[in-house]
Amino acid sequence: MPSIEATVRAAEGLHARPASLFVQAAKKAKVPVTISMGDSEPVSAASMLRVLTLGAKCGDTVTLSAEGEGAEEALAELAKVLAEVE
Amino acid sequence: MMTVLTGIGVGSTAAAGPCVQFTPPVNAPTDEAVPSGPEQLATATEAIRSALGKVCAELSAAAEVNAGQTLGDVLAATAEMASDPEYAELAIGHLATHGPANALTVATEEFATMFRAIGGYMAERVADLNSVRDRAVAHILGVESGGLAELTEPAVVVAHELTPADTSGLDMSKVIALVTEVGGPTSHTAIIARQLGLPCVVKVDGATTVPAGTVLAVDGARGQVIVDPDERTLAAIQERMERYARLLDDDRPGATSDGHPVQLLANIGTTADARAAASQPVEGIGLFRTEFMFLDSDQEPCIEVQAEAYREVLSAFAGRKVVVRTLDAGADKPLAYANLSIEANPALGQRAYRLVRSVPHLMAHQLTALAQAIDACPNTETWVMAPMISTATEAADFMARAEAAGLGGKARIGIMVEVPAAALCADEVLSTVQFASIGTNDLAQYTMATDRELGALADLIDRWQPAVLRLVAQTAEAGQRTATPVGVCGESASDPLMALVLVGMGITSLSMSTASIPAVRFALRHTSLETCQQMARAALGAADSTEAVSAVQNLLNEEVRQAMALE
Repeated sequence: MPSIEATVRAAEGLHARPASLFVQAAKKAKVPVTISMGDSEPVSAASMLRVLTLGAKCGDTVTLSAEGEGAEEALAELAKVLAEVE
Repeated sequence: MMTVLTGIGVGSTAAAGPCVQFTPPVNAPTDEAVPSGPEQLATATEAIRSALGKVCAELSAAAEVNAGQTLGDVLAATAEMASDPEYAELAIGHLATHGPANALTVATEEFATMFRAIGGYMAERVADLNSVRDRAVAHILGVESGGLAELTEPAVVVAHELTPADTSGLDMSKVIALVTEVGGPTSHTAIIARQLGLPCVVKVDGATTVPAGTVLAVDGARGQVIVDPDERTLAAIQERMERYARLLDDDRPGATSDGHPVQLLANIGTTADARAAASQPVEGIGLFRTEFMFLDSDQEPCIEVQAEAYREVLSAFAGRKVVVRTLDAGADKPLAYANLSIEANPALGQRAYRLVRSVPHLMAHQLTALAQAIDACPNTETWVMAPMISTATEAADFMARAEAAGLGGKARIGIMVEVPAAALCADEVLSTVQFASIGTNDLAQYTMATDRELGALADLIDRWQPAVLRLVAQTAEAGQRTATPVGVCGESASDPLMALVLVGMGITSLSMSTASIPAVRFALRHTSLETCQQMARAALGAADSTEAVSAVQNLLNEEVRQAMALE
């Protein structure tokens, strides 16, 4: 399954505003995307509560995965959100 | 005809405005029917989806209004929680065994458990998650949601009682006064009101039956809530508050009218508090509560992290004094990693200093971190004290621990007097240490065997109770005999009338919320030490607290009487 690693750049971590923006972007993606960190079970990137439970902090690396047509684009787009939201 | 409701007043200010009623959230009913058959299941499923949809819309709209502010971001993130498809799915999954309101409550708790397990910042988001649940449950049941409608204009907030979670959700900049149906002088609402300098009356019978929108005049000094006040009452309050505002002009160090110095210090609990207090005309910090770092964390903060936080506070007060209280965990502030066993009476259990019996490293690490911070801030006069000391032996033990951690010669070491035993043996205890600070809230609670939070017993824990006053006086006298400074850092110090009595007893410093300082400074500035001493004798000789207050009031001069709105 195509996957991509991305680093959380938001100073406060993947919480509050950065998490909202990320989840909103995941909901707009054409394919379902999952997110995981370390050994954690992948969770839906479109689930605010699951994304919050990752507890990803600034500088943490997360893995985004997706399958199907448009997967690559969706992953690149979401990785960009993580890298750009400060 | 104006109706006057009475209760226990907090602070010396007053304000008037329309009221809003804060109602507690609605819980899912215990007898809610479990959906049976596909039709009911479909209805229940739709109820959950629609309720969460409405909550998301409400919160998104509120986020719009507050866009660009922290509150706006929090509301937007909370709206996103409400619209989480997995949240709805999880709740719907519980419809096999629960009605919709209960199914949503169970699903919320499952996420809340995960958040709590992560701890720290995420644990605090449980309150946001619960607010989504409260709103959604209200929609499912078709009732008014609890809490407050948006505070669009300055208002008096009326509630049965307010918890920390409730007040954290209030836009305090729009709150002009607080009124609660229950509570006591040291309940959460009263403490918040004092910190913010808001007029407040607690334990007001009938407060919650006042219709929203009714104008209320809240008078903290008199303990009165006037319903539909007339022009004359409103004008009198305004004039009084203008006079009160002029108190703020005096920023000289605290002293009686004949020049007897009394240090006026601030109580703080965070580094942010320290920064705010540093800009105020205070002579230092009289009580730096160090719990914040420990309570926010699921493990003990390491020495470096502690030292940095202490350094931040001490450096803000270079050239001034800071009295640091070591960790006061236990009882109402349990710590998962310190309070290892369940106690039937935590207020009487292994709390505060007593934790050295089971987890001595906590104290050792904290004292070491303090020594490091003091080394980095040599210009701050740092004092360090332990809470809940009961005997001279414990006082000596704390001195030894401070010495062992390298604090000897760097800081003055002392103790808090809040256990009656320490006050009763004050001579022995005080000759062991370099200073003492009386915590009047706990001293009253333990002397009167009365829980501070129990509104029903508020009269017993009144700060004017002669038994409590006598223990304070006894400790102050022992301080004078042993040449040991004795301060007061409880709520008593923030009451101008009581402050005069304390000074008359021989108390050398008063520590309170910064908002309370101007009125205390004014009262002291206009009263001689001799009058303070007369007041102390009058209060100590009174038969009960009511008699004590009136005896002291009779000795007040006209200027202070007017400023304090006493007739």
